[in-house]
Amino acid sequence: MTWVLDNLDLIAALTLEHLRQCLLPILLGFVLAIPLGWVAFRFRLTRGLVLTVTGLLYTIPSLALFAILPTVLGIRFLSEANLVIALTIYAVAIMARSISDALGSVDPAVRQAATAVGYGPWRRFWTVEFPLAGPVILAGLRVAAVSTIALATVGILIGVENLGYLFTNGLQRRIIPEVFAGVIAVMLVALVIDALLVLAGRLLMPWAPRRTAGRRRRLALRLGEAA
Amino acid sequence: MIEFRSVTKRFPDGTVAVDDFSLVIPARKTTVLVGSSGSGKTTLLRMINRMVDPTSGEILIDDESVHDRDPVKLRRSIGYVMQNGGLLPHLTVIDNVATVPVLTGVPRQRAREQALELLDTVGLDRSLAKRYPSQLSGGQQQRVGVARGLAADPNILLMDEPFGAVDPIVRAELQQETIRLQQELDKTVVFVTHDIDEAFLLGDQVVILEKGAQIAQIGSPSEITEAPASEFVASFIGTERGTRALHAKRTGAGTVLVDAAGRTQGVLVEGDA
Amino acid sequence: MNLFADAIAWIFAPERLEGSVSLPLAIGQHLAYTFVSVVVAALVAVPLGWAIGHTGRGREVAVAVSGAARAVPSFGLLVLLVLIFGVLHKPEAAVVSFVLLAIPSILAGAYSGFEAIDRRVIDAGRAMGMTEWQILWRIEVPLGLPLLIGGLRSATLQVVATVTIAAYINLGGVGYFIIQGVPLRDFTQILGGALVVVALALVLDGLFAVLQHLVVPRGVSAGRTPDVRATPTRRRAVVEPATE
Repeated sequence: MTWVLDNLDLIAALTLEHLRQCLLPILLGFVLAIPLGWVAFRFRLTRGLVLTVTGLLYTIPSLALFAILPTVLGIRFLSEANLVIALTIYAVAIMARSISDALGSVDPAVRQAATAVGYGPWRRFWTVEFPLAGPVILAGLRVAAVSTIALATVGILIGVENLGYLFTNGLQRRIIPEVFAGVIAVMLVALVIDALLVLAGRLLMPWAPRRTAGRRRRLALRLGEAA
Repeated sequence: MIEFRSVTKRFPDGTVAVDDFSLVIPARKTTVLVGSSGSGKTTLLRMINRMVDPTSGEILIDDESVHDRDPVKLRRSIGYVMQNGGLLPHLTVIDNVATVPVLTGVPRQRAREQALELLDTVGLDRSLAKRYPSQLSGGQQQRVGVARGLAADPNILLMDEPFGAVDPIVRAELQQETIRLQQELDKTVVFVTHDIDEAFLLGDQVVILEKGAQIAQIGSPSEITEAPASEFVASFIGTERGTRALHAKRTGAGTVLVDAAGRTQGVLVEGDA
Repeated sequence: MNLFADAIAWIFAPERLEGSVSLPLAIGQHLAYTFVSVVVAALVAVPLGWAIGHTGRGREVAVAVSGAARAVPSFGLLVLLVLIFGVLHKPEAAVVSFVLLAIPSILAGAYSGFEAIDRRVIDAGRAMGMTEWQILWRIEVPLGLPLLIGGLRSATLQVVATVTIAAYINLGGVGYFIIQGVPLRDFTQILGGALVVVALALVLDGLFAVLQHLVVPRGVSAGRTPDVRATPTRRRAVVEPATE
């Protein structure tokens, strides 16, 4: 505990640094995943391609990806660019799939109704399909954001300093509170970002149902009990 | 014979689905419980095989309270047919039908042989035996559901809106099939529906239910049509709307019957039906 | 692309079979850690997940736990447990952290597999006179199996990735070549090790994909091919970040 109190400045600085490194991959991943998810949703042929490629990228362990990216892209191994690009790839992989699923979750009747009343494809996508897919897209975005924040700590292994520094430094100096503080700080950052995303979702999509939990119980109740 | 004695069911959330309900369901007849949603009809049905236990009152089968019986054994001795068949998607048609006999310890091979015979009984081709439910039409699934309900050769068959999800043509076919089966097999059938036409078609005894399983009227279809006990019943069976209020109209070819909207619904034939 | 050729040459060089850390040994360690951790995690998570899925009790807690687990930095958890257990018990500490990381995915796979089953099917089983135990084994387990395998798949990939990082605490495994290559600036070795790790992950993932396909009950896959686009999203809810 004393260690934490003595090093609040360090933790705060690393937290800010951590956030800065994570925001770009999350935003960039989201923006890139929209066209990919749409292409995967819209055409059967590209669906297989996009989902297979993102699925395979997703299975690559981070440390291995850090080693492969410099060779492919000609960036430096020990660099922040390496970390940011790797995190972006994972974020895209998570969100492309969830955006494709989200678009698939939109009731086809609504899509047809929108076409019938005269929406063009572009306007229909942005004003009808995308907002209606919003709750599921948000779920994917939350998963991507939280995973990115947790995963970024591995950056310390390629010399990028963020909250992961508390792990390697704590290990070398055998300071358990330092490592513990690092774990907690990462989880807190993830929690706060997650909460902000939920809040943003409520503001942007006031029409969306708050919770889907309990649906099963209501259904079970209806079947098991009520007439 | 199945008997309800002042049965009440209050759910944990406070709703009273069934309020002080009493009824005698005669053996070897078809009794139809009919009512709109919220009338507690399904709850009543599910209390017979203890899928739901009453808050108070008792239910007797042949003068023995179901409460004293082990629910699992009780359910195995009663056939149950539900909407959409409720078939197990990972078992073939034949294994779906053989489920209950296998549960009760009949050797699988013999249970399958019996199941094949049951497919004949419900009018399904034996070539469907190795198919999975997802490969059948809605009507075929429903027939499998009936065959499964009959597999343990139960005395009682409970049918919970079994034909609610099939199209009108298939439904009419299945209804006729049910009538034929009942004539052949002579079971005690308790049938739940919200469709009064179905109730009148299938029921020897029809029980019209209002909210909270209050009995609006009990009787044979003829008795109810000829003398509706209340405004509610009259409106429910449609004498007011005109579908069942027919007027005689003389034409050159004889007397025909027309409904309130003026559409001809049938021809009047003199003599006993 | 010359670098890739060098890396592949590095992988197949005869020296990889020699020395204190041979490549086959590292692969063996990697697989052993992964296998033991996933099995132990499954022994804990599968019965628990099934209990939650069958009774519906404890679901909120399970959802919260598997959600929060995503926020746990694997590397941090590993280092923390190593320090707490002490240097002498490094392998135990590592395995415990792998197990903890694998549990949420498997748990989610187990209970969501049960939840994805049409309630009416279970209701029908009960109405026919199945005991709770028979409902579990004859309906819920076979129908829930594909999602459970999906959970095991995510968990395995997550552990493979974390074992790679665990080379940093001298646990061995294929990650050793990457970690050891950094101070040496030996990029051929780093890339070679990385390619082996990728191959390992892809092969395991492929095996699980095949397995997942095999355990789909025949009747469920036998129906008219459902439009893939209509696949409910909750099926995907099991997919957890596998990479770290």
